[in-house]
Amino acid sequence: MVRWEAVIGLEVHARLLTRSKLFCACETAFGAAPNSKVCPVCLGYPGALPVPNRTAIDLAIRVALATGCTIHAESVFARKNYFYPDLPKGYQISQFDKPLATGGSLEIATRDGAREIGIIRIHVEEDAGKLIHDATGGATDDTSLVDLNRAGTPLIEIVSAPDLRSSEEAIAYLTRLRQIVMYCDACDGNMEEGSLRCDANVSVRRPGGELGTRTEVKNLNSFRFLGRAVDFEIERQIALLERGERVVQETRLFDPAEGVTRAMRSKEEAHDYRYFPEPDLPPLVIDVESISRIREGLPEMPGPRAARYRRDFALNVEDSETLVTSRELADYFERTIAAGASARAAANWVKNEVLGSCNQCKVELRDFRVTAEMLGETISMVESSEISGKAAKEVFEAMATNGGSPREIVERLGLAQLSDRDAIRAIARRVIAANAAQVEQFRSGRTGIFGFLVGQVMKESQGRANPEIANQILRECLDTEAR
Amino acid sequence: MSDTGPVGARSAASISRDVRRGTLALRTLGGDVIDAVEKRNDELRAFVHFDAGEARAACDASHAEGALAGVPIAVKDNIATRGTLTTCASRILSSYRSPNDATVIERLAAAGAWVAGKTNLDEFAMGSSTEHSAFGPTSNPWDPTRVPGGSSGGSAAAVAAGLVPVALGSDTGGSVRQPAAFCGVTGLKPTWGRVSRSGLVAFASSLDQIGIFARSARDCARVLGVIAGHDPRDATTSIEPVPDYESALEGGIAGLSVGIVEGTWETLDDEMRVCFERSLTILRDLGVTVTHVALPSLGLSIAVYYIIANAEASANLARFDGIRYGRRAEGDHTLREGYVRSRTEGFGDEVKRRIMLGTFALSSGYYDEYYGRAQHARAMITAELRAAFGGVDLIAMPTTPTVAFRKGEKLADPLSMYLSDVYTAPANLAGIPAISVPAALSSEGLPIGLQLLGPHFAEPLLLRAAAAFESSLGVPVMVPPR
Repeated sequence: MVRWEAVIGLEVHARLLTRSKLFCACETAFGAAPNSKVCPVCLGYPGALPVPNRTAIDLAIRVALATGCTIHAESVFARKNYFYPDLPKGYQISQFDKPLATGGSLEIATRDGAREIGIIRIHVEEDAGKLIHDATGGATDDTSLVDLNRAGTPLIEIVSAPDLRSSEEAIAYLTRLRQIVMYCDACDGNMEEGSLRCDANVSVRRPGGELGTRTEVKNLNSFRFLGRAVDFEIERQIALLERGERVVQETRLFDPAEGVTRAMRSKEEAHDYRYFPEPDLPPLVIDVESISRIREGLPEMPGPRAARYRRDFALNVEDSETLVTSRELADYFERTIAAGASARAAANWVKNEVLGSCNQCKVELRDFRVTAEMLGETISMVESSEISGKAAKEVFEAMATNGGSPREIVERLGLAQLSDRDAIRAIARRVIAANAAQVEQFRSGRTGIFGFLVGQVMKESQGRANPEIANQILRECLDTEAR
Repeated sequence: MSDTGPVGARSAASISRDVRRGTLALRTLGGDVIDAVEKRNDELRAFVHFDAGEARAACDASHAEGALAGVPIAVKDNIATRGTLTTCASRILSSYRSPNDATVIERLAAAGAWVAGKTNLDEFAMGSSTEHSAFGPTSNPWDPTRVPGGSSGGSAAAVAAGLVPVALGSDTGGSVRQPAAFCGVTGLKPTWGRVSRSGLVAFASSLDQIGIFARSARDCARVLGVIAGHDPRDATTSIEPVPDYESALEGGIAGLSVGIVEGTWETLDDEMRVCFERSLTILRDLGVTVTHVALPSLGLSIAVYYIIANAEASANLARFDGIRYGRRAEGDHTLREGYVRSRTEGFGDEVKRRIMLGTFALSSGYYDEYYGRAQHARAMITAELRAAFGGVDLIAMPTTPTVAFRKGEKLADPLSMYLSDVYTAPANLAGIPAISVPAALSSEGLPIGLQLLGPHFAEPLLLRAAAAFESSLGVPVMVPPR
């Protein structure tokens, strides 16, 4: 019997892929010289006012629609007040009691089948700047430096319902959510650079019982850290409760080096953010027309796309999920089919050869020399028996290294398969004539020797004979022709 | 207004006309303004930053075309002007130079006007007397022992003393209209969203509006026509087209209905009450029907105003941390010490008081009781005013409960200082336009103002009524004794 059940909710921050910041025209460049992408607005100069970037709002709406949220006709920006050097105005412009969107969900695969995970809200806010504490960045023992390039870049915060029950489910949720924001072209999904950041709220309870006290774990910038932090936190809380102690509501920080979470601040030390409506910005009004325009521009999302592959192409869960990992990959897969490949073969080639080759050569799919059209043509040549499967691998390798068209490579390397029945019959006769002893053995009932004779036909054809036809014709010759 | 006195004592309309015609040289004009300011400013302290060289350069750089060709303008020192100081009369910004001009400054320059200098104010516009200035108080040109009002006291004094024809101020709870009344000039607070706040250092963003001081409704109209209109740098500016305010001045106000609010003026001292009643008589003589309107929640205005204004101020002033600009406490210190010391040393007592009050009003556990209820009451006041304007064209009220008080009189008693905004705060809470026009002189020879309020974007009507009222008083309206 399960003695404890974990209850997990994630707060995910996704940096929106806009050219300029949320409330000013500064560029949103990653890795630029410190404090080079700043202006009076994002530096919080006196008298400078925020003006919303409509593209950021549209991207946020894309994600909200893709997760089935209700977009509110009117949402309100609010000031979240606290002092910190990375926050130039002394408040962050965010949304509070009237967020952009609420009430969505996404589906994840769990051990017990697919499950809907609720999304409570999605709101738009500006990012803070960055503090540099290490010497390589120029800081010293008693001074830190501030880089405000990131200050004011647009984020969305996506808050899940506490519907997740294990670290695997948390990872599955984050995986799917990351795919969705990337499918929407709303976020590049880069966790290392902090484009996608995640905090986890974790509590444990007796199955079906009242919710336990939760802790919030911050600084989870990879799937692995999320998994480890959640597992650590679940175990820590269970151990506390089993010892008869209590879980303290607090914010904790994950330390990847030690694999532990540590208390950062208690509930009593929590900031009082004193949210109130941002008077410098009118309510954000979103009309029905722009919602439908944005909805029409959305691509098919990974969940439905994978389901379609299972339904239409009879792929299994694992293959269909692999293929929808990114929109580029799924598009590549579908274009391979459009170029003449069967779905099954296309799936195998894409997930094995294509991904393998990209990984090995460390190239992005978009830069890979073998286009979906080239792959599709290659596979279709196999499927119409123009070349063998083995030859197809050679063609693929050649294209991956030097490019070129599959037909031209087949021609150049002489890889075309021999399917001419008369030509194969002529070879079969030569093989029969040259291997009288083995033929005799076959005819006397040692049918096992047939494989050897087929091998001789293949050898004689320099491997180009269509094996199926060779088999068939050799049998015909052996059975019907004069002894 | 005479065309022969010092240039600053003439109207903006006549100066720009003569500059465009070429009968008034910029050089002469500039010299005249500089002389006048240098002669009077030590005594008045209307300007806190006045540099003859800068003023001369600004005048020379202005052009002889446009609606305000050659017109010198005094600018409250919480409005950003590039290259010169913008201090908000605060120690924390005592050496701050803005990297850019406020939108209003750009528009004035495009119309040919030039900035003569920056005027005194209560620190960050928080006050009603211009005594809360890091640079010392401004004197009322009518009586130097008295305050000019505030917070835009420097601008009001500069116009009243004839140093410049027009000036910009900001009005959050009456900071243009009250000093206009105390100094005997016309003060207009436009509709919230009518004039860009970009470059105005924020006190309370949902209430702040840049306003205009002038010695006539016509000059107010001239300047408003230049600075009003949508600004891509201020998301709260309206896209409502800007009408021709000057042509709206013509035609008189016969047939107009003006509402008065019971309980707002009957209890004033005799002189203020009699003056208000006399103003109503003048309006009636101009053909106006005066009726009563009910605004039951108006009495909440001061309480509501000080909660909302201070709450917003507590956030707006958080940026002054000594890190990126402005004064930073000297020496090595931790982050927390840096915040505490820079802000402790940089802000004056009134600013600190308001930041603390505002922070409290937004705090967890007190929010609903203070900020939440104030927002609710603000909505009620706004709705009542909207309803009232369904029945009348304009509403008339005194601008202030008293004439200009003596320096130091209310410094020790913040509450009584706050109460001097009783008639002006409602227009800010509702975001509607209002104007104060000189109405009379008290027995002590001090100016008294009449305030008119209109519905959103009713500036043309307000200005027409102000022009009609002013003409019935005779010209010149008011010139302080020298």
